[in-house]
This record gives sequence, C-alpha cells and structure tokens, in this order.
Amino acid sequence: MDIATQSIDGGFAEPVFNAQAVFRAIMDAMARPGTVQPLPQLARPPAPLSATAGAVALALCDNDTPVWLDPPLQAEAPVKAWLGFHTGAPLANTPADAHFALIANPKEMAALDGFAQGTQEYPDRSTTLILLVDDLASGPSLLLEGPGIEKTSMIAPPGMPRHFVEQWKQNNQRFPRGVDIILAAPGSLACLPRTTRIKTMEA
Amino acid sequence: MTAQPTEIATYNFAYLDEQTKRMIRRAILKGIAIPGYQVPFASREMPMPYGWGTGGVQVTASIIGPDDVLKVIDQGADDTTNAVSIRAFFKKVAKVAVTTETANATIIQTRHRIPEHPLNAGQVLVFQVPIPEPLRFLEPRETETRKMHALEEYGLMHVKLYEDIAKHGRIATTYAYPVKVEGRYVMDPSPTPKFDNPKMHRSPALQLFGAGREKRIYAVPPFTDVVSLDFEDHPFEVQTFDHPCALCGAENVYLDEVILDDHGGHMFVCSDTDHCEKRRAGGHHGHLAPETHLASEKTEPAK
Repeated sequence: MDIATQSIDGGFAEPVFNAQAVFRAIMDAMARPGTVQPLPQLARPPAPLSATAGAVALALCDNDTPVWLDPPLQAEAPVKAWLGFHTGAPLANTPADAHFALIANPKEMAALDGFAQGTQEYPDRSTTLILLVDDLASGPSLLLEGPGIEKTSMIAPPGMPRHFVEQWKQNNQRFPRGVDIILAAPGSLACLPRTTRIKTMEA
Repeated sequence: MTAQPTEIATYNFAYLDEQTKRMIRRAILKGIAIPGYQVPFASREMPMPYGWGTGGVQVTASIIGPDDVLKVIDQGADDTTNAVSIRAFFKKVAKVAVTTETANATIIQTRHRIPEHPLNAGQVLVFQVPIPEPLRFLEPRETETRKMHALEEYGLMHVKLYEDIAKHGRIATTYAYPVKVEGRYVMDPSPTPKFDNPKMHRSPALQLFGAGREKRIYAVPPFTDVVSLDFEDHPFEVQTFDHPCALCGAENVYLDEVILDDHGGHMFVCSDTDHCEKRRAGGHHGHLAPETHLASEKTEPAK
C-alpha cells in the first residue's frame, strides 16, 4: 500500500460515536487511575502506531494541539501522514512544545521533565504522554494511591521508561505542574494523572 | 441526498460540533488531573442564555453518549423550568434516555444540589457554576486570584470567614461554602447549600463543574478529599431542620419552605423531589401528605 492510501484508511468508522466512546474510556481511566478500561479496535493506524494509541490521538488531537512523536514514530512517514490527514495536528519541534506526545518506545524515551510541565499559574499547559505498551499486567507491579483511588490500585505495564518510579516521584513533587500519562495497550488503556503516587514497586 | 421539504436541519449529536467537544474533553481531562484547578476553555454560545447552565450543558454535551441515561435537577427538583428545559434539550439533540430516578442515571446535571440518594461509582455529576472563582468577591482581578492560587495563598478566605464570626458570632456562609480539594486548591463547590458539602468528600462519583460565562471547567475525581474551610473553635457544620419533611417525613435531608396560603401558613418539604416521591411510594407519610400518592412519570427510553 502506498503512503497516500495508508494515510487515508483506518480512521474512525463513526467519528462522532467512536470519539465519544474513546473519550469516555480515557475520562474513566483518568478519574480512576490504575483501572483498566477496555477499548475495542476503532482505528487502524500504520505501524508502529497501535490501534489504541491511534484511537486516543483521533479522539483528542486536532489543529490546536501540537503533537510530538518519539524517534521510532518520527521515522515513519506513513504515521505522520495518517495523523496529519485524520487529526490535522501540527508536529511539535521539541517535547516542551507538545500538548500530546506519542511514545512508541517508552523504554528509550526522553526524561519526563523535558516535556511541557505547565506553569504554576497555568498548570494545565502541560504535555499529556501517550505511551504504547504491550499490556498492563506483565511488567513490574506499580502500587498506586491518590485521588480517584479508594484505597490502592495496581497496574503492571512492561517496558516503562528508565528510573520511572523515581521520575514519577519528581513529577508528583512538581504538582500542580507535571505531565499526565495515558498507557495505551492492545484493547485497553489506563491512566496515570500527575496526582497519582506510586507507593512501592516490586523488584 | 435531497432533503424532504418537511425536514428541518439537524444538529450534530449532542448539539456541539466535534472540534468543540474535543476542546472541552481536553479541558475535562486536565481538570481531573489537577483536582480543584479551574481550567480555562473556549466556552461557546449555547441556545440558552448565560445563567441557565450553559457551562453544565457544554460539559454534559461533551461526555454524553447514546447509551447514557440523563437526569437533570434544579435545586433538587426534576420538574422545575431549568431542569425540564435542559432535559428536553438533550432529548431533542442527543435522543438519550432521561430519568428522574437518581439510581438509574449515568449522568446527573445539577444546578446546586447533590441528590440525597448516595451516588455510585459509575455516575458523573455535572454542576452548573455561575462564578467559579471562590476568591472573586474578595479580589476582583483575575491576574491576582490566579497568582493567589499559584502560591496557595488563601489567607484572605480565612479572613472572610473570620469576619463572619466577628459580625454574626458564627460562620454565616450558607451556600457556595469554600472547600479545599486534596489539600491544595480552594474551590467553589458552586452555590450548593453547605448541607451538601460533606457529600462531595470522597464521593464515589466523578464530579465535573462547568462555568459557561466565566469559561472555566474544573473537576473533583472520585475518592478525593474535599474539606470545608473552618476554624478549630468554629468547626464547619451543616444546616439542621427542626421538622421532618411535611410530605414524606424524612429527617436529615435538605428542606425547602413552601408557602401554603396568605395567612403565614407554610411547610417544609424535601428539596430532592425524587427522594421524596420514593419515600412516599414506600409508604412514608409526613403530617401534610395527601391520602393517596400518585407517582409521576419516571424514565423515558432513548429514541
């Protein structure tokens, strides 16, 4: 398939209702950190962008939101063409300019504090990171607590960034500034808003 | 496609266009991530005047889907003008199912009350907010209030509550009683009676706040600390009522005064009409309850 066909195919079949379904999954996941929200395959983006991450991008990104792509995605012209055609979102030159960042390889990703953190007056002007993960259960366990969690909740995404727990602690300390994370796994997603604290982590 | 002459133009699902919904949805996600912080958003003109809940309507329109069941209340009542017209609006533009029963609703849009029936984890409560900034009447400049939130400088609010005590002997604020969310942001709970403030604390439901004219969205996620400001020697307390509801006999609920005649006759009845009807249907009687109880319509399915 040539780039033009790949970039046009694979959007939402029903843009209005699909976008609403994806948003509600993200909203519920953000309001209840650590819960895994199922998401049927609604988008078919070109590899290495996953169906879930693609659907999140279609639901949230548009010409108002610069998007930053990590190097594996940046290298794929079909991904850029697909995002461009379906969302109209401009590409951010640096992580600090991005409203959203799509990260296909979280293990090698740039430090969390390199992304937009917002300001003390406008903490909402920060980057939301969309991390592509293989699943939400096979990695090291993260025990979560904070707003949205009654007592504790547990999530175990594999292949997270280096020193993630330490980086996330620093992200907590910057509150109200900081980044929020959407973990996009095949068929499901979960969120880590900046208020969520990671209590312990199994070795 | 050729439109039949009788067909009128139709709106997008839930009235708003998709780009507006995305913008509002992004603001809602930021609001949830920063509990109590007022996220600016590009509020749209709605087919109703400011003050009629345009903020709440925009939030509801952005989150609602075809499977949702919507309840709208105005001061606890399902059958007053504001509630009826907003419910009719969403029946028309989103064709969703509507209900008056708190337990059956997935989204409850409210103008200043939280239902008496406990909310559950799947529900979303959408508040219509007139003035989202709790510090606005103390400091009119947005630049200054923004800095006060940034620096967590809330001394002025405590001075205001102290002045209440100095003047009246007690904290005289009875509605829009300021709260602190998760130990960080001071937030206006919208002009709910302070009776409802404790219901916000660690509520299992997600609470979203929309202010259309002031162009702000904020949120309280489930199980989040919402603490009413007070002093050690003047602790926060809610209103109490001397009599139970005159129709259903409920105690420990919020009551409205209803004038009965022009000789000073009056009664106190539940502000939450659904709660009152449920109790009467369940056989509870107040001292002014009529002999037989006729239940009103409850749920209408989606079209």
